[in-house]
Amino acid sequence: MSENTFKVMKQRNMRRISGLTEPMRILSQLGIYLFLFLMALIVLFPFYWMVISSLKSLAEYKLSPPTFWPKQVLLSNYADAFTTANLGTLFMNTMYVGLVSTILSLIITVLTAFAFARLEFKGKELLFGALLATMMIPGELFTITNYSTVISFGWLNTFTVLIVPFLVSIFYIYLLRQNFLQIPNELYLAAKVDGTGDFKYLWKVMVPLSLPTLISITILKMMGAWNSYIWPRLVANDDAHRMITNGLRNAFTETTGDVNYPVQMAAVALVSLPLFLVFVFLRKYIMSGVSRSGIKG
Amino acid sequence: MKIVLENLTKIFPSRNKKSPDEVIAVNNFNFEIPDGKLIGLLGPSGCGKSTTLYMISGLQKPTGGKIYFGDDDVTEVSTEKRGIGLVFQNYALYPHLTVRQNILFPLQNLRGADKMTKDDMLKRAYEVAKLVQIEELMDRKPSELSGGQQQRVAIARALVKMPRVLLLDEPLSNLDARLRLQTREEIRRIQKETKITTVFVTHDQEEAMSISDLIVVMKLGVLQQIGAPQDVYDEPANLFVAKFLGTPPINVFDGAVKGGKLYIGEDAVMDVKNVPDMPVTVGIRPEGFVLDENGPFKCRLSNVEVMGRDVSIVSTHPASLNPIIRSIINADNKVDAAKAEVRYTLKPHKVFLFDKETENRIRF
Amino acid sequence: MVDSKQQWKAWLYLAPAIVLLLVFTVWPIINTVAMAFLEGYSGLTKTGGDVTFKLGVGNFTHVVAHPDFQQALLNTCLLCVITVPVSTILALLIAVALNAIKPLRKALQTVFFLPYVTNSIAIGMVFAAMFNVIGSVGTRRQIISSYGIVNDVIMALGGDWINWINSGSEYWANMLVMVVYIVWNALPFKILVLLGGLQSVNKQYYDAAKVDSTPRWRVLTRITVPLLSPMIAYVIITGFIGGFKEYTSIVGIFGEKMGPVHDPGRLNTMVGMIYDSLERDNQGGASAAALILFGIILIVTMINLYVSKKRVHY
Repeated sequence: MSENTFKVMKQRNMRRISGLTEPMRILSQLGIYLFLFLMALIVLFPFYWMVISSLKSLAEYKLSPPTFWPKQVLLSNYADAFTTANLGTLFMNTMYVGLVSTILSLIITVLTAFAFARLEFKGKELLFGALLATMMIPGELFTITNYSTVISFGWLNTFTVLIVPFLVSIFYIYLLRQNFLQIPNELYLAAKVDGTGDFKYLWKVMVPLSLPTLISITILKMMGAWNSYIWPRLVANDDAHRMITNGLRNAFTETTGDVNYPVQMAAVALVSLPLFLVFVFLRKYIMSGVSRSGIKG
Repeated sequence: MKIVLENLTKIFPSRNKKSPDEVIAVNNFNFEIPDGKLIGLLGPSGCGKSTTLYMISGLQKPTGGKIYFGDDDVTEVSTEKRGIGLVFQNYALYPHLTVRQNILFPLQNLRGADKMTKDDMLKRAYEVAKLVQIEELMDRKPSELSGGQQQRVAIARALVKMPRVLLLDEPLSNLDARLRLQTREEIRRIQKETKITTVFVTHDQEEAMSISDLIVVMKLGVLQQIGAPQDVYDEPANLFVAKFLGTPPINVFDGAVKGGKLYIGEDAVMDVKNVPDMPVTVGIRPEGFVLDENGPFKCRLSNVEVMGRDVSIVSTHPASLNPIIRSIINADNKVDAAKAEVRYTLKPHKVFLFDKETENRIRF
Repeated sequence: MVDSKQQWKAWLYLAPAIVLLLVFTVWPIINTVAMAFLEGYSGLTKTGGDVTFKLGVGNFTHVVAHPDFQQALLNTCLLCVITVPVSTILALLIAVALNAIKPLRKALQTVFFLPYVTNSIAIGMVFAAMFNVIGSVGTRRQIISSYGIVNDVIMALGGDWINWINSGSEYWANMLVMVVYIVWNALPFKILVLLGGLQSVNKQYYDAAKVDSTPRWRVLTRITVPLLSPMIAYVIITGFIGGFKEYTSIVGIFGEKMGPVHDPGRLNTMVGMIYDSLERDNQGGASAAALILFGIILIVTMINLYVSKKRVHY
């Protein structure tokens, strides 16, 4: 290195080292918290507004400036909402569809993922690649033909139409296959040596070892049933088979103008409640499933 | 720039909430690193050497004590303001930047009086790259470099801003044996050329001995000994230091001093004056043995390993605290491997006595 | 050579999935493409008699020429182009901020994930309530009893109230509400992915930056963002795909009329268009629109992948 650089270095080394950076650090840390709290407030506000609006009387709701806590807590909105939207039936319908489709979907997913992970057959890689490729195609493209198909099957306004077309999810198969592949093949070979059949091995070893993924799939599938809107509205929009999201939209068609918002908000809160409970208790599984998917429900 | 550590202490709170055990990583350190020297912090893993280095860098805060750079107390000064260069064990080169961009990165952060023009930065980067001999690789990404080359880039990045102090954390541990030898010479050369006070951490005593001006031996957070490598080797302060330095390692025996004579087992092997009668631990360097048909120290011969210039004799003795005794003898001496016994006289300056309790050195 | 017994068994395991996929995935792909190229194809006309449809690109030209389609395309593109960058940058800032704190991190992380587990229709209704003005807005004699909480806040800050979604509201106001809602909805997933990415970044890069006195802002732009670029590319690509399929969030706020009372359909999207055509039994048009949507998503994804190949640093 040149003499000059050494001179610069010497000069700089003569300078006193000082500067307490603590105050700056604390200030910037404070700024970070401020930003996060502000964003958290914005994120939470709609939930807060939903809850307090659902507890107000209509007269209080229309007050300007608004009240940020109901003067008088009115639980009757919830009873009104429950009957207006016929939430009981909607709830039962949705649970039925959700449970049946989840169970069937899990069975199909486990069987298919096992075949792709452990069994050998001709064209395995090609078939799997083709299945993955279909994930690129937007669902709307399938819906058009499926709509005609279910009409020709005579499935309109049945539970079948809400369950069967969506039993196979390539994404879930992919997730579970990845999980299955992580289980050492030696276990499978050892089981074979012991004379354990494929099906028993799948049921006794692979399924228990993949439980977290299966739970993630279950939750996402149930949430999917709860939030599905487009397909149910298209094919099962009668009172006996209507699903909850569709029912909510049907019961409260008006969103603007002079609407009875407290009752509407009570209905929204009731529909949101199960999702919150799932979130509170099973957050871990949702997060791990979601971060791998990028799809909602 | 000299560095002074004063009563430096670092206590890590226990990680497990159930057990309240704290870990004292560094315990009340006092020493001074003179300006422009290359210092090796040496010790087995968990001895607190890396923690000491990180406290000098400011990335970890001491629990107690003070750190001075020159006359300035920098204990509370954050890393950013200390003007140090640090080479990480895994180099921490930014994977998305080219070698040139990596080296330029610290310069682009300079503010105020130190701010440089673009041309000056490029010039300086090239100078440093040349110093560490990577000027041909400037447009590569770190992933396209070998371990040794990455190491050089890391050193260049640390040097480019002309740090007051250069710190290296296990700089050679990720290199293969041949590169390690070459790189440590390189570090020595670069340090000599730049005259930057340099502190490096290593668990490899050979590495520390070969290039350091001073070595600092540590054990379980406690400073054991500071000195020039040869001095520490020749005059270890305690059994730990004696055992830690030297390959092959020192041979250790149970012994006793009786009436001015040192006994190992039944043999009175050496005269030791001025030592009262007491049981002792005896350390004998492998090169401390002299073959002697009539020597007082009798060992059972196991085998003889010829290494060219030297001969290594492996033997056993009931009082030995290691399974084998290894002595290094000039190959001119012929040893009959068929014999059952080998006898030695000892070189007094290669024999160390230690207190059985404190393990401290007993001078004689 | 795979023995035939295992072959046979594998197909047995696959059978349920294969049957369902053939009916509900493979056949729709073939059929939809076919319908798209049969001009004026309609299930209703077909069952009405022995009609044959001409092969051609008529459905496509008809759809593209339709002003509703152009409006829907504009809406969808606008929403994508605005919401994807806004939500990505906001999510990045929040993720970086979350990564920089220790106390309360877990709690705040939970809060920011909350919007993910919501029903777009239901929470859309809440947003509508927040932006809604109660009274006779948009008529000649305006009598207003409540401006809605958002306007109340704007007025408290000294601004003028805005007709966001009611009758007589303007297009930009509607769009702004949609942008706010979609960004709010898109944040959780992006924060989750980006924070996950941040936490897997080797902490030594930040120590190295500190040693080199790197200012915070420069750490963000020169180290964090490049190291995070694969994750950023991922959330942008999924963001665009989701954005082009936007539909239910608009139904949530404006209802199925897809627009304010005085101008229904103004906020319709590509997906909305497809369902409208389907309900009018215009399967040919719906298929063509769906294929166009697929094409757009494919092209946008390709562009994204191409750009990220140049910009993503590993």
